[in-house]
Parts: sequence; C-alpha cells; structure tokens
Amino acid sequence: MTMIEAIRDAHVVAMERDANVVAMGEDVGYFGGVFRCTAGLQKRFGVERCFDTPISELGIVGTAIGMAAYGLRPVVEIQFADYMYPAYDQIVSEAARLRYRSAGEFTCPLVVRMPTGGGIFGAQTHSQSPEALFTHVAGLKTVVPSNPRDAKGLLLAAIADPDPVIFLEPKRLYNGPFDGHFDRPSTPWSKHELGEVEDGVIEVPLGKAHIARAGAAATLIAYGTMVHVAHSAVDECGADVEVIDLRTLLPLDLEAIVASVNKTGRCIVLHEATLTSGFGAELAALVQAECFYALEAPVLRVAGWDTPYPHAQEHDYFPGPARVIRAIRAVLGG
Amino acid sequence: MSDEVSPRLHVPAPAIRAGDTPDFSHVTIPRAGEVRRPAPDCGAEEMRDLAFSIIRVLNRQGEAVGPWAGALDEDTLRAGLRDMMMLRTYDARMLTAQRQGKISFYMQHLGEEAISCAFQRALRQGDMNFPTYRQAGLLVAAGYPLVKMMCQVYSNDGDPVRGRQLPVFYSSKEHGFFSISGNLATQYVQAVGWAMAAAIRGERHLAAGWIGDGSTAESDFHGALVFASTYKPPVILNIVNNQWAISTFQGIARGGAGTFAARAHGFGLPALRVDGNDYLAVHAAAQWAAERARRDLGPTLIEFVTYRVGGHSTSDDPSAYRPKEEGRAWPLGDPILRLKAHLIARGAWSDERHAQAEAEIAYQVAAAQKEAEAIGTLHGGRRPSPRDMFEDVFAKMPPHLLRQRHEMGY
Repeated sequence: MTMIEAIRDAHVVAMERDANVVAMGEDVGYFGGVFRCTAGLQKRFGVERCFDTPISELGIVGTAIGMAAYGLRPVVEIQFADYMYPAYDQIVSEAARLRYRSAGEFTCPLVVRMPTGGGIFGAQTHSQSPEALFTHVAGLKTVVPSNPRDAKGLLLAAIADPDPVIFLEPKRLYNGPFDGHFDRPSTPWSKHELGEVEDGVIEVPLGKAHIARAGAAATLIAYGTMVHVAHSAVDECGADVEVIDLRTLLPLDLEAIVASVNKTGRCIVLHEATLTSGFGAELAALVQAECFYALEAPVLRVAGWDTPYPHAQEHDYFPGPARVIRAIRAVLGG
Repeated sequence: MSDEVSPRLHVPAPAIRAGDTPDFSHVTIPRAGEVRRPAPDCGAEEMRDLAFSIIRVLNRQGEAVGPWAGALDEDTLRAGLRDMMMLRTYDARMLTAQRQGKISFYMQHLGEEAISCAFQRALRQGDMNFPTYRQAGLLVAAGYPLVKMMCQVYSNDGDPVRGRQLPVFYSSKEHGFFSISGNLATQYVQAVGWAMAAAIRGERHLAAGWIGDGSTAESDFHGALVFASTYKPPVILNIVNNQWAISTFQGIARGGAGTFAARAHGFGLPALRVDGNDYLAVHAAAQWAAERARRDLGPTLIEFVTYRVGGHSTSDDPSAYRPKEEGRAWPLGDPILRLKAHLIARGAWSDERHAQAEAEIAYQVAAAQKEAEAIGTLHGGRRPSPRDMFEDVFAKMPPHLLRQRHEMGY
C-alpha cells in the first residue's frame, strides 16, 4: 500500500466508525485531491461528508473550527503546506487556544493535513517544511509520518484526538521511500515491508517515537523523509548508528531520545526544513540539557540551507546522505 | 492620451474631527415604517433596495409603525428595556471598577445596547452566537448570571474561564455565547462553519456571526461570505456599524462602497440595513433572518447602524479624534430612551416605574459586584491558581507541560 492509499484507508476507517468525521478541502471531493488521498470518499460517504471547498485556506480552517466546536471531527486538506499561511491565524489564534480560553467549554478536535517537504521539483511554493511554525504554538500537536503504516495509524490517532492536530505528509514519500539519492530510482512501497498495512484499525499512538534502526555509536534523530535519508547514510558509511523516527514532534517522546543518546553519547539532528530556529534547535537544546554528561561530542544539525527552497538547485539544497555522512564522521571523531 | 495624469493616493477622511461641530447631515435617515418588509423567502435580487435604506420601527412620537413593527407583547418589551438598562448600569459600574484599578481593562456598550439585547430574543436554546467584545447584551438577555460575568471581568477565582482571558471575553455554551477571541473577524467564518455542521447533521440550530464595521476589511469577512454563499447554512451574519473603529472612521474600511450591507449582494445573499438604536427594528430584523435560517432558506446579512458613544475601550480617548458632543448629535437617538418612550406611549410604562426600575437594577448590580469582589479582584482576594494556567492547553497534559508546572513549584 502506498502512503496515499494508507491515508485514504485511514479516512475510510475513521468515517465508517464515526459519522462525525467529515473531509473537505480544495479538489478533495469529486476529484479526490490532487494527490488522490481522498479519492472515492465522496462517492462512498456522500457529498455532505466529503466535499470541495472554495480556494480559501482561512475559510477551510475557519469553518472547520466552527464545525469541530459544534461536535464534528473535520479532517481538512491544505493542498500544499506552502499554502497554509492564510489559515495560520485561524490555526494559531483560534484552533490552538479554544479549549484553553474557554476552560474546556469549547474544543477543537480538528485535523489539518498538508503535504510537506521537497524532492519533487516544486520550488519555493510546493516544497516547504513549516513544522516549526506549529511546534512553537501552545495547543497544537504536530505529526510527521515516514511510512504508509505509520501514516494510517497516526492519522487514525489524530482524528480520534480531542485537540487540533497538524498532520504533515512528506509528499516525496507518497509513492515510495526516498533516501536522498536523486540519481537512483526509489523502491515503490509495494516492495517495502512498511508498505504492508493491515486492514481496519491500526494503533500508532501520538507522542511515541520509533527506533527505526538500533545502533550504539551515535544517535540520528529524524522524522518524515529524513528517516530514509538517515538509513541510506548509515548503510553507506558503515557506522553503528541508531536512527530514531520521531513520528510526532509534539508531544515529543523525549524519553526515547534521552535513552538513546545516553547510550550512544553522540547525537545528530536531521530535518529538511531550514536550519535557523528549526525544530532541530529545540531537539539539540533538549539533548544537551538532558544528556550533557553522556555527550562525547557536540550535538550537530543537518538541515535545509537558510534560503527559500530553490527549483533548479533542489538536489544541492536537499540535506542528502553525503551531508549526513559528513556529520556522522564528525561526531565519531573521524 | 491627453486625459492621462499621474495617480494620486486617495485617503478617505471624515468631514468632522475633534474640535469641529458635529454634523450628521450626510446620514440619510428614512422615516420610521417607510421601508418595505419582503417575505423571508424573497430572493436576494428582489430586495437589493433594503441594503441602502434603514429599517426603522419607532417614530419620534414613540409609536411602532410600518411592516416591521412586529407583535412583541408588553411583558417582552419591558423585559427588553430592563436588559438594556441592566447592561448600561453594569457597564458604568465596571468602568468605575477599572478606574479604581480593580480590573485591567473594560469595554462598554453605551448607545449600542439594543443590538445585542434585542437580537438574543430572536434566538432559541441551541443556537450559537459568535460575538465580538461589544455584545454582552446577548448574555444579559439570555439570563446569564451577573455575578459570573463580573467574576470574569475581575479574573478572580469565580471566573469561569479561570483568569485566562481579558475582561469581557466571556464564554457560555449553555447561553449560546461562543468564547470570544479578540483577534478581529476570525470568528465570523467559524460561525459559518458551525452552521454548516448543523446542516450536515440536519439539526435545527442556527449560528450568528458578529463583526464590526472596521473589521469587515479582514479577509475572514470575505471568506465567511464566500462559504456562506456556497453552502447556504443557517447563519445570520451581523455587522455592527458604530461609525468608529477606534480612531478610524468607517469610510476607511468601507471605501467607495455604498453600504456595508451591500457587500452581501456580490455573494447573492439577502441583506438588511437596520436602525441599531431601535429595539423593535433590531428584533424584527433578527426574527426575519432567523425565520429564513429555520426554513432552510439560507444566510442573511444584517448591518446594524449605530453609534459608539463611549470610547473603544478604557485604553481609548475619543476626544482626541472626534467631537465630544458627537454622541448627542447622533440622529438615531438613545435606544433606552426610545423604547422607554414607546412603552409610555402604549400606556405600559411610566416615568415613575422607570425610576423604580433604575433603582432596582442599580441595587442588583451593586449587590452582584459586592458578591464578585468578595471572591476577589485582579489584584486581591481569591484568584485562579498559577497551577491552573497549565490546564486545558490540551485535554491531557503532555509531559513537557507537566515538567514546566513542576518547575514552577506546582
């Protein structure tokens, strides 16, 4: 099953078990979304539960907040994460704070899905990774799956969650795991073990990281596409490196991180988003505070350069395996 | 080509500013009873004229005239008068409390009491307002306890929202009053979404969005009208045009358009323009729009024309930007005096009863204030625990918040 099919399947499971779950967004209804994540839902559940919206991200999120406060569980799609900015006020000032400012009287069980990240020659308007803009906001949960099985389980958990969840889908992973090698064809999910997704409900709780690869020499903390980049970098350099797939950025599984870094003594944080004030800064700060006496080397970050996402230079911009390997060698003292 | 000239920026400005003599001669006020009342299922195209006039019921003699006069009985009208008097007395008390340093901030309704008080009487249990900070009359008319309102303003231990919000940012689901945001216009589109949810579930509830003349300039207003126009849910979209957005006259948001009400026409939505200082007109318009919602005839936009007699908030000084006497010159009069005159004209009220009601209300408000202050004020008495500030960020407190709370010593 591809990640697209897994996301669609999560919608089907959630919509079948709870009549309050509705899906909407630009091109989401009749056509099933530009990435086809909601294909067939309108036919199956009717136009009142899966429908097209005007091109207005603030309208989509703003009306969804009203629906969620009423008692529905809207799952909305922002066509690209790059287009979420008109909705940012609604997300930050409204969805995130409704429970708090009404002391629990009004709540906002809302999922905002959005394709994130680069790798598809989308340039600066179809490639951004804005996760840090959400993790910085009190009252939001932020999720980034790295494979179809997690995507389905985490989306089901997000829909069942009583609070607003930002669900960032790495679009470069929709059809297969991308390891950062632009010159090689990527394996489709159908030939990958994480492409095997069970029918029905899958439990992948929010706030629980996954040790994607066990190792003892260093810890790579990654999420989304960078989990696969981490794997290929470790394969290529041959070091005994542990890879943590965070799955959820907030709430963060700090326990898993601390346990790993206390064991390895070395830590590198990876993300595709720009470096400065990125989520990696938060991770690095936490690791130095929690694991200071175990650390044998400074915590390093490998991230997107602090430029807008370029078009022709996408391969140079993307923090691929070569940069990760350099960082691994640096923390290992090689 | 000889017609070409360099462009010049046009910045609209009010004709009258501080120090000038107030002048509202540019505001065209139709006679009470003059504006027609279309059937609620009338198409938006057939009633465009109603966005350019002002629906008025009470004339200078205090009579209720014309097709919008309605049939509110005397008990209901007396209750409405009491609601408005209660709101004005409450405002005056809280304003003084702010000047005494017992609360941080306050926003009063002076001159605008009829709009929220009368509108609420057209709603039912299960309907939901998405108010701004100047519609507390919705709560008063819905019977919300005065002491609770005051505790919110004092941010004391009795505050239902646990001291988390600025004064007057009330919330009561039971009374159909959505938690106030303070980010202008954001909730207009949420009201549309709430009504869409009612339509998806097929449940007979309506939503009412509220916005000021100034914040109709926000893109949320446009978004709300687009979604309302597309999905036609049971929503009433109210614009309170009180002439002033802090120091900015309504012409800055309105630009060259005829009226705010007419903005609805581009979306195919029916629009009414109503005398906001006329309790009967406000109620009749609200009732008309509510009937449309309850018959699944779709959204209605209403512009209430009024005047903000007081400052924007306790942090504002209107004498710096408009004539001090402008409120008295406002041609639509005072909503309380107008309803009082109507009740007297009907033989259902008297100056003596009015004075007696004023005394009773003053006593009730003072007693409520005493009760609220016995719990605490912003700076003294029982206040919400600092421990409480970590609650309700999420349904279940995540580990990082728990750590921060422990770090603070709770």
